[in-house]
Amino acid sequence: MALILDFAVQGAQMLLVLLLAPLLTGLTRKVKAHLLRRQGPPLLQPYCDLVRLMRKEVVLAENASWLFRVIPYLVFAATWVAASLVPTFGTGLLFSWSADLIAIIALLASARFYLALAGLDVGTSFGGIGSSREVMIASLAEPAMVMIIFTLALIAGSTQLSTMAAYLISGEAGLRVSLGLALIALIIVAIAENARIPVDNPATHLELTMVHEAMVLEYSGRHLALIELAASLKLLLYVSLIACLFAPWGMAAPGTGIAALVLGVVTYLGKLAAGGVLLAVFETSIAKMRVFRVPEFLGAALMLGLLATLLRFVSGSL
Amino acid sequence: MRGLTFDIAHMLAGSLVLISFLQLYQDRLYALLNVFALHAFVLALSVAWQAYIQSAPHLYVTAMIALVFKAIIIPVALHRIIVRLGIHREIEKVVGVGTAMLIGMGLVALSMVVMLRVTTGADPLAREDLAFALSVVLLGLLMMVTRRNAVGQVVGFMSLENGLVLAATGAKGMPLVVEISVAFSILIAFIVIGIFLFRIRERFDTVDLQALDRFRGERR
Repeated sequence: MALILDFAVQGAQMLLVLLLAPLLTGLTRKVKAHLLRRQGPPLLQPYCDLVRLMRKEVVLAENASWLFRVIPYLVFAATWVAASLVPTFGTGLLFSWSADLIAIIALLASARFYLALAGLDVGTSFGGIGSSREVMIASLAEPAMVMIIFTLALIAGSTQLSTMAAYLISGEAGLRVSLGLALIALIIVAIAENARIPVDNPATHLELTMVHEAMVLEYSGRHLALIELAASLKLLLYVSLIACLFAPWGMAAPGTGIAALVLGVVTYLGKLAAGGVLLAVFETSIAKMRVFRVPEFLGAALMLGLLATLLRFVSGSL
Repeated sequence: MRGLTFDIAHMLAGSLVLISFLQLYQDRLYALLNVFALHAFVLALSVAWQAYIQSAPHLYVTAMIALVFKAIIIPVALHRIIVRLGIHREIEKVVGVGTAMLIGMGLVALSMVVMLRVTTGADPLAREDLAFALSVVLLGLLMMVTRRNAVGQVVGFMSLENGLVLAATGAKGMPLVVEISVAFSILIAFIVIGIFLFRIRERFDTVDLQALDRFRGERR
């Protein structure tokens, strides 16, 4: 009976992230529109878009290989698994033992690898540009992410997200400079990985500067729906990752009752909303960078990660 | 001394180092001045926190000096100088942002190694503060080296002085007289540098200091 209950909670988390992801995207768009004094699309617009795309017929390029048709499912599956492993409303769920930060990064990296392949598959020049830029950004963002993981793992003594969150929630870590540096580095990496504004513009389709949209330009119908859903899930994943590591308050501990779980869900919703609003404010206040400036931006994240690890070693030796 | 007081002091000193890196990253003069004002503001917070935990009321005066002079008066004055010189466009640097950041990392590591070796047996709070202060000083020096523009060098000099104040407040008991005289000499230096900026511009039509090298005959 206990096993079934655990299963139900884990399943609830998987469904919750899937259902909330388009809402977060919609919220960000809505707040951004309001800040620009526009009305903006309704909050539920991303769901309508997804349903619409699901119903449409798929148009495939003549020289598209089987890989091109398989990749949307692969990308979606990898991202969904990664997103449902991050602790959202409670730690110590049934699959928490596998929620290793390095495994999550590997899942996301393989999703990106498939997507870059899809960009190259049809052989259009836009896809090629998108793939090459995406890989360039990834080659800088991933080392930075690994440094952040090192720092957090050194502080918490584990790379497992549940253990980390439990350690940070206990307050033993205190305020640490390394944690602050890691937070800023993680935010930079999250912005770059989700193709948000200083690095890439998620709202444009006809610019020579686009990265993510250039790769998925050839997709249509249900394939496009899956890729868009995966992109929303990735945004949700990063927001919940930051929330679970740096604002872990309110998460239900393992073995607590329904009330704690409900409280966890409510605080999680609050954190997501705060994340979406902050992201929109940040995006409105900044202009998009030239592509050649992106390495400097991400280099700063890498440097902060290095600095955090360094400081962690120093204060550990005191 | 471990606990929240230690953590907050540590956090403030660490954010000063972080803001020094932000200064290295900025390549526009306006943004640079804003970051410098932030640097001085965080310094004031850090000094005020030290005053609170050491229960040393004269440090509040130091914090007020940092807040009024360095976070408000000097950035505003530099702003006006930039507008009057008409050079608010861009800074060109001797080395790129990436290289400057890497060198900065090396300097931070160096100051950590040096300070922790030298001060074994001291209070951990003071040790960490000293290490951070030395990094801020070295980053200010690096900033002066990597900028060719005179205004950028002035900002580097001022943030170097911020590092000195951080070091002095971390090590208990700097007399108030010394602090006030340092603050005023900084102000005087600022005025002198401001006048020099205009003189340099008058003579060479630029505030790019490589013009001076050419004038000395070092570069043809």
